[in-house]
Amino acid sequence: MACFIVPVAEAVVTTIIAKAAKSKETEPAALKAAADNGSFGMESKIPFSQKLKWLTNMLWGGSVLLAFEHVWHGEVVPWFPFLTAASSPADASAMLSEMATVGVSMALLVTAVWGVMLLVTNAMEKKALKVQPASN
Amino acid sequence: MTLLTTVFAAIICTIIWYKNAPNSKMKVGILCWMYWGASLMWLVDAVFEYTELHAEYFTPAPVDMLNDFYLGLSVVALGLIIWLVILLVKDPKGVVKAALFKKK
Repeated sequence: MACFIVPVAEAVVTTIIAKAAKSKETEPAALKAAADNGSFGMESKIPFSQKLKWLTNMLWGGSVLLAFEHVWHGEVVPWFPFLTAASSPADASAMLSEMATVGVSMALLVTAVWGVMLLVTNAMEKKALKVQPASN
Repeated sequence: MTLLTTVFAAIICTIIWYKNAPNSKMKVGILCWMYWGASLMWLVDAVFEYTELHAEYFTPAPVDMLNDFYLGLSVVALGLIIWLVILLVKDPKGVVKAALFKKK
């Protein structure tokens, strides 16, 4: 019905936070890549704003495609109130319930996957930093 | 079917991105994020639908399946259009700029 609105709301917040984080960040610390063949050469530590952009991209991208699905099914229309479920109180109640369950779960799953990605990249960065003094 | 189509699109894009990494001039990463984000969201949708329909969820009517596949292809096409617009606007290779400001 309108489950994509929850990830959209999260995407707006993360976009603002990413922009604020980017403006505060200084030059990233350079470190050598741990790649055996050395094809990636010098790598720099991925700034937090860049990592947050991964989440933002997933949320915006997923929400746009999901919104298209809602248009396809006639749940989103180009005229007021834009959501067909918002036209009657009973449907509006069902819509809010769906947003609270499906929509919140969507936002949580995407954020959880991003969290796992953060843990993995942080571990990889730590490993690369450990390798660096030995290679100098 | 929509979920499956998007997941396949996400996997193909990720393979293409990995093959060309670290060169990201074609900005395939945008497609990866978009399709993976949509796949995760449709996965949640599928889980909720499964809790309602149980085993029936895996035996959809052929018409529904075809419609969902049609939707999946349309979603993939929309993703590609968004990616193409971003690519042409950001123009990382400078091709559009070169074509527009080419001296005759």
